[in-house]
Amino acid sequence: MSKVVYGGQSYECGESSVLDCLTAHGVAIPSSCRSGVCQTCLMRVVEGEVPDKAKAGLKPTFAAQNYFLACSCYPEKNIEVVLPDAGLGKLDAQVTGVEYLNADILGIRLNPSRPFEYKAGQFINLFKDATTARCYSLASVPALGEALFLNVRKVPGGLVSAWLFADLKAGDTLTISEAAGECFYVSGQPEQNILLIATGSGLAPLYGIIRDALLHGHTGRLSLYHGSYNADGFYLVEELRKLAREYPNFTYMPCISDGEVPAGYAGGMVLDVALADHPDLSGWRVFLCGNPNMVNAAKQQTFFAGASMRDIFADPF
Amino acid sequence: MSLYNEIGGEGAVNAAVDIFYRKVLKDDRIKRFFDGVDMNKQAAKQKAFLTMAFGGPHNYSGADMRKGHAHLVAQGLNDSHFDAVMEHLGATLAELKVPGHLIAQAAAIAESTRKDVLGK
Ligand SMILES: Cc1cc2nc3c(=O)[nH]c(=O)nc-3n(C[C@H](O)[C@H](O)[C@H](O)COP(=O)(O)OP(=O)(O)OC[C@H]3O[C@@H](n4cnc5c(N)ncnc54)[C@H](O)[C@@H]3O)c2cc1C
Ligand code: HEM
Ligand code: FES
Repeated sequence: MSKVVYGGQSYECGESSVLDCLTAHGVAIPSSCRSGVCQTCLMRVVEGEVPDKAKAGLKPTFAAQNYFLACSCYPEKNIEVVLPDAGLGKLDAQVTGVEYLNADILGIRLNPSRPFEYKAGQFINLFKDATTARCYSLASVPALGEALFLNVRKVPGGLVSAWLFADLKAGDTLTISEAAGECFYVSGQPEQNILLIATGSGLAPLYGIIRDALLHGHTGRLSLYHGSYNADGFYLVEELRKLAREYPNFTYMPCISDGEVPAGYAGGMVLDVALADHPDLSGWRVFLCGNPNMVNAAKQQTFFAGASMRDIFADPF
Repeated sequence: MSLYNEIGGEGAVNAAVDIFYRKVLKDDRIKRFFDGVDMNKQAAKQKAFLTMAFGGPHNYSGADMRKGHAHLVAQGLNDSHFDAVMEHLGATLAELKVPGHLIAQAAAIAESTRKDVLGK
């Protein structure tokens, strides 16, 4: 049984991750996704070694400096760990606007307190307090000089989302992290076709990516499918329809899985609709964001339809 | 020239990984072993597998192969599943128009790991 030493105290971890072990003992370690994605739980091992799995996804320079992700670390030997002095930097951001995009999704606009580098589609961590953070994707496009734009879905009983829905107003100051994540547009193949599928607030990163691609002069198809149970679940509809009128290579199809299907919408599960329209995805780039069940099924289905693994980008949340 | 270079090195691995992995995931006989592993991470492992089979640079020992598949053996991994993977390896290389004598060499390398992979 391996022990984890932190702050001069030794903890028995049993089968649990370093994060679960320490938090179960009342030690406050920042965390967010608990699945090795957001890097909020970054720690450093100062004695002993952690399994390679705990370093998956870290920049090589970080891994080389013995950083690891506490949520993905199941130690095999005794280790001593510390909270890092590095990691994704934190900064303040002022709320410049709050609006309901639909009944369940809040649009939040932020003005960072210092120059902020990011790519549309990446995410930031938003802190409720020193140890509670959640990831939110950036729907804004840096080159357009827009305020940071987040789309937060209301999660019943959700710690951070409910707090944002209850309290947030323009003028407030929030703490956020620098941007991270691999879900963004890379220029260089302007003629490549791109399929984008989202459910719920998974539209946020895609709204950024699409506008970024168009701004870069992307000439291949940009084919967006947004899924919801009913017509009330969509948002940014007018903005997207307007873009589709302006750019013939961009198409937008909101898909309703349950209930009435008005004109201009498709009926069916969003993934089914998208694949029926695009049965052959050989050579396509694919972005998938939102409901984890949809995203994971879509990863496999789009891969089977011919998209290459390295052309599939996904953020399940 | 080594088998790895003759087949086409890393470029060949990259070309093969999608085709090979698609076959594996579609095969009802073996796909369950690949359930629940993130596809992108899994793809990196498939690359390790192919690099090894192509005689390319790798650091896996027989003991690593044994340890790396032990949890699968516990789930019932046996010769029939191994044969299925061998089938997909051959078919992938054939699809990429790799000459038969090179396919045979790659198959022989993969075959040589059978005992370790199956924990015998
Ligand atoms: C890369 C990435 C990008 C993301 N981008 C966005 C985005 O753009 N927009 C967006 O809206 N979301 C996004 N998310 C999701 C977001 O980070 C949060 O997960 C989401 O807002 C819920 O957080 P919360 O604090 O409100 O809910 P939480 O408090 O984390 O609760 C989530 C759910 O778990 C349940 N729960 C909580 N604690 C427990 C418990 N102890 N036992 C059992 N159930 C429990 C809650 O009831 C709720 O249903 C993203 C996530 C990732 C990883
Ligand atoms: C033909 C000989 C085989 C070789 C040379 C081989 C090689 C490898 C290698 C190099 C890895 C990566 C290990 C790592 O870096 O973690 C791996 C992982 C894996 N192999 Fe094999 N393999 C073989 C056969 C099989 C068979 C027959 C199956 C199942 C049908 C299988 C299923 C897996 C799975 C599921 C993993 C991922 C394990 C995990 O991370 O959970 N392999 N294999
Ligand atoms: S909490 Fe560990 S990476 Fe997100």
